[in-house]
Amino acid sequence: MGFTFTEIMPAWPEIFLACAAMGLLVLGVFMKTGAARSISWLSVLALVATGILEIVVVPDGGRVHIFNQLFVADVFTTFVKCLILGASAVGIIMSLGYNDREDIARFEFPILILLATLGMMMMVSAADLISLYVGLELQSLSLYVIAAFRRDSVKSSEAGLKYFVLGALASGMLLYGSSMIYGFSGSTNFLQLAKVLDADASAGIIVGLVFVMVGLAFKISAFPFHMWTPDVYEGAPTPVTAFFAAAPKMAAMALFISVLVGPFGNLVAQWQQVLVLIAIGSMLLGGFAAITQSNIKRLLAYSSIGNMGYALIGLSAGTKDGYSAVLIYMSIYLVMTVGAFAVVLCMRREGRMVEEVKDLAGLSKTQPAMAALMALFMFSMAGIPPLAGFFGKFYVFLAAIEAKLYILAIIGVLASVVAAYYYLRIVMTMYFTEPVEDLDRNVGPELSTIQAIAGAFVLFFILFAEPVVQMTNQAIASLTSG
Amino acid sequence: MEALLKEYLPILIFIGVAVGLTLALTIASFIVAKQKPYSEKLSAYECGFEAFDDARGQFDVRFYLVAILFIIFDLEVAFLFPWAITLGDTQLFGFWSMVIFLGILTIGFIYEWKKGALEWE
Repeated sequence: MGFTFTEIMPAWPEIFLACAAMGLLVLGVFMKTGAARSISWLSVLALVATGILEIVVVPDGGRVHIFNQLFVADVFTTFVKCLILGASAVGIIMSLGYNDREDIARFEFPILILLATLGMMMMVSAADLISLYVGLELQSLSLYVIAAFRRDSVKSSEAGLKYFVLGALASGMLLYGSSMIYGFSGSTNFLQLAKVLDADASAGIIVGLVFVMVGLAFKISAFPFHMWTPDVYEGAPTPVTAFFAAAPKMAAMALFISVLVGPFGNLVAQWQQVLVLIAIGSMLLGGFAAITQSNIKRLLAYSSIGNMGYALIGLSAGTKDGYSAVLIYMSIYLVMTVGAFAVVLCMRREGRMVEEVKDLAGLSKTQPAMAALMALFMFSMAGIPPLAGFFGKFYVFLAAIEAKLYILAIIGVLASVVAAYYYLRIVMTMYFTEPVEDLDRNVGPELSTIQAIAGAFVLFFILFAEPVVQMTNQAIASLTSG
Repeated sequence: MEALLKEYLPILIFIGVAVGLTLALTIASFIVAKQKPYSEKLSAYECGFEAFDDARGQFDVRFYLVAILFIIFDLEVAFLFPWAITLGDTQLFGFWSMVIFLGILTIGFIYEWKKGALEWE
């Protein structure tokens, strides 16, 4: 027993981030005034440093297991973790102005985001059902608290409580499934499970697998475990919603991939049918339920449910191309959703947040730049070429067709036509209705910068699609190399 | 079977003594002691809650905070016992693992102290 410091090199980023979060907590509590802003920027710095460390320690090719095979690192985990770190850093930056104006600026907020990020990184690197659960809980517990961060608002408290109760239920399901799997196979380790389980697994294993999938489907808010999403997205403070829609989704989706491909790789036939159902349900629900929404945060919540459905198409294909398509889809989704929420965060009138779609009326006349960027994000989400969103959908549908899942692909295309309606409705509201009242203009440089960068990514993705695809292929190759 | 049951004889005796003694004391207090109930005597003890009351009654949130802080450090102690017993097997690695754990807990303690969670007023 015992590890040397170089042996655990793949875990250095996590260890660094944990130390940074705790150090900043102590620093923050000893600072007299202005702690929130400086701790926020230091947290962003810590996230960037973790990302750099992550790239430095990435094992070249193959997978490296450490801590008695509880923790794994490879190109896949590095790729996902870098995206998560980026999304968390942007999440903190986006919250700065909002928290100040709403008078909820506390230094605990960035610390909680750091701890949630740490949990996500542990989830992505988990190579055992136990370490998976510990990482998932660290992430979830931090997220419950920041959902209710605006504690004097009834809506925010309700969002936090709802998220907590339903999240605890999902964790319970996941644990129950894990215990079934352990009971019928005798191991919690992913490597062991992959060896022991073969295509004709016993009923106990299948029940366990389905329960684990239910727990994970809850975390990515896929149909039929999506009920909490609209309420939590609407109730939580807007920068928190933006964060929820980005980093945790990416982490849970990566976990979904690594659990299904790793220990349950031989049970493709069993999990494929469940995933096809979940994917179809999520796409249809995301498409139809969003049509009647007038609150833009709720609308984006349904949109994220739909987007998870599209990403799951790639996973249910059960091929390397399919997994790679999920990673591409999620990376693009991450940027689009962060961009869209950066616009939503600018929706203020006379110092108050407004959240209705109709509040965007005539934005093209009052603030043409922001309207153009929002239109770009909406067109991209609707999947209109040559924007980034089109490529995301293109690769998942391609993977589904190559795996002969024609019906799934057809339903996917039809659902995206339905979804295009409400994305285009937002564009129409901005461009073809008269402005009622102007939105406030002094939004701060951070939000405009984030919008511009996300907009540039969405617009010019076509130019660097090739390297991104290569990168995800490499990531998946290292994940499946065993 | 016989030998197995014999091992449990002390427990049987213990149960017998416990039941006998408690019954004897309860019954004796009815027979021997003078019963003079009045309202003060029958009411809930000074700092306790009413036994039959609305479950939604309000109470100070600080009770809750103290309870949570207590549980954290109580669990820590519960965690220390098995660690202390197995330290011979886990060696230095086990020792330092626990030191790291205690360090993390101490950071939490510093935080709650500075935040004033330990001050009642």
